Amino acid sequence: MGWLYYQYLLITGIYVLEPWEQSVFNTLLFTAVAMVIYTSYVFVPVHVHLALDFFSELVRGQPESTVALIN
Amino acid sequence: MTESAGNKKEDCHAANGVKPGRNGMVKNHHHHHQYQKQEKVYHAACNGELYSRPFIESFEETPMLVAVLTYMGYGILTIFGYLRDFMREWKIEKCHIAREREEQKDFVPLYQDFENFYTRNLYMRIRDSWNRPICGVPGAKFDLVERSSKDYNWTFEYTGRVVKNVINLGSYNYLGFAENTGSCATAAGDVTVKFGVGVASTRQEMGNLDRHEELEKLVASFLGVESAMAFAMGFATNSMNIPAIAGKGCLILSDELNHASLVLGARLSGSTIRVFKHNNMQSLEKLLRDAIVHGQPRTHRPWKKILILVEGIYSMEGSIIRLPEVIALKKKYKAYLYLDEAHSIGALGPSGRGVVEYFGLDPKDVDIMMGTFTKSFGASGGYIGGRKDLIDYLRTHSHSAIYATSMSPPVLEQIITSMKCIMGEDGMTIGRSRIQRLAENTVYFRRRLREMGFIIYGNNDSPVVPMMLYMPAKIGAFGREMLKRNIGVVVVGFPATPIIESRARFCISAAHSKEMLDRALDVISEVGDLLQLKYSRHKALPSLDRPFDETTYEENEE
Ligand SMILES: Cc1ncc(COP(=O)(O)O)c(C=O)c1O
Repeated sequence: MGWLYYQYLLITGIYVLEPWEQSVFNTLLFTAVAMVIYTSYVFVPVHVHLALDFFSELVRGQPESTVALIN
Repeated sequence: MTESAGNKKEDCHAANGVKPGRNGMVKNHHHHHQYQKQEKVYHAACNGELYSRPFIESFEETPMLVAVLTYMGYGILTIFGYLRDFMREWKIEKCHIAREREEQKDFVPLYQDFENFYTRNLYMRIRDSWNRPICGVPGAKFDLVERSSKDYNWTFEYTGRVVKNVINLGSYNYLGFAENTGSCATAAGDVTVKFGVGVASTRQEMGNLDRHEELEKLVASFLGVESAMAFAMGFATNSMNIPAIAGKGCLILSDELNHASLVLGARLSGSTIRVFKHNNMQSLEKLLRDAIVHGQPRTHRPWKKILILVEGIYSMEGSIIRLPEVIALKKKYKAYLYLDEAHSIGALGPSGRGVVEYFGLDPKDVDIMMGTFTKSFGASGGYIGGRKDLIDYLRTHSHSAIYATSMSPPVLEQIITSMKCIMGEDGMTIGRSRIQRLAENTVYFRRRLREMGFIIYGNNDSPVVPMMLYMPAKIGAFGREMLKRNIGVVVVGFPATPIIESRARFCISAAHSKEMLDRALDVISEVGDLLQLKYSRHKALPSLDRPFDETTYEENEE
């Protein structure tokens, strides 16, 4: 865990920052990630549902229309 | 932890901020498609016709992910830099660094360009890895003055303690002549008692000692040239002699990674300067051909002289100049060649005579042989060797010969003794065995690093070993972690290198014993694991024949 955090420090470059700057960065990143997770939790199921509906309709609708066209 | 007073601008090459095109061998080959894949990662050259030995040089490509992460790291640091600048502007925090004065508010801003931003907001944060004072001889091991900072590197305090026995992987002490015991030190001590330290006059007045004459004869015979001349400072040797050789109406073709002293000299000379890609012979040939075809701009008169400026070993890349090709080109196009052997003299070649001997060439083919005594000889100063008329001309025209105080006697003595030692004139084989030892150490160190999976740059035989770090935070972390484990290394970042290619540079010395190198390698491996530095992705080294492009090396007889 300590090792992972160290790698995170190094790769983001915040290893060289002063502690208060590190906390600012961590807070911002944490907030951003939390918001992404929250929004995806709230909105993704709805969108997935809509998308599923849409595609299933396409799949179901498609043969009919082609048939109709050929006829 | 540089041993000298240099910060990372110390070795600032004329990098122009562009990523060097490396060999350029990748791009234009049409007839060797089967090699294309491998060559993307590994550019090697072994040209049977011109080279007497395999010429293996590698610049592994930066892995994509690493490059992206590096840019991201710089991005984050830049954002925080702006934040801090903003806070300084609004007086939320105290500004520790020079800034515009109140009265000069409407003047052209002095501290707003990128370099200043970089120094203020990135370099300052990891400044503890540079400018570290040392106390003692910078031999294989040295002692460092311990220091600490309470305000994140804006100021340092000396704790009064000394970090003892740090393994020195940073000094250019290739042959280990930076010593305080042994024949050189004794000789220098004796001479100090006899001659004193200062000379207090220039060569043309009363500062010409018999030892100076002796040194110049010795240098000339060491290099195998007709005549040679010594100067008290290596940097000035370049920057003051190039203006004496070239002038208006001359063309200087300079490698893009040339040392600052060469760049300064070229600029001072007032000649037109064109820069070719690092060690790239196609680029050089193109410039030469254009120069001859088109002549001077506007007037189209032919150039008075065309001077090619190159170094023997490039101290930031660890690459060795493709001298046989340069000489072939120089002969074909009748240009002059100025070779700076600062790092290669003493360090290359079976008897330490530099890159000319390394390739088995004739020193007479190089018009101006320049080098310094700062590195392999453990002294200071520089020399120029060449034909007698050239040296006579320089004696009367070079600023550093006329206006500079001549070399101090103990320094002279150190050079004479160490050079005789290398030549074997002292009747012993110490010199030879040191050269041997350096070559072995170099090959061993490079091989081990490569096996561990680090990306290292440069030629297999070059004692300068740059190891890539890439990410900005790793520059500071590497220096600190190595020092914690009692190893002193030099880490280099922008502006001495392109911004993403930060590196650690090891300089191998003949003074390093196998145990020291093993210990250093173990520590490097440990720190490499800790910092995840083992970026290299290829296992075995493919040996390749370099495809031959348009360049032809036949000499024109007429
Ligand atoms: C290629 C090259 N030329 C010249 C010099 C300057 O030599 P000195 O340090 O003796 O002034 C250096 C020093 O680093 C160098 O690397």
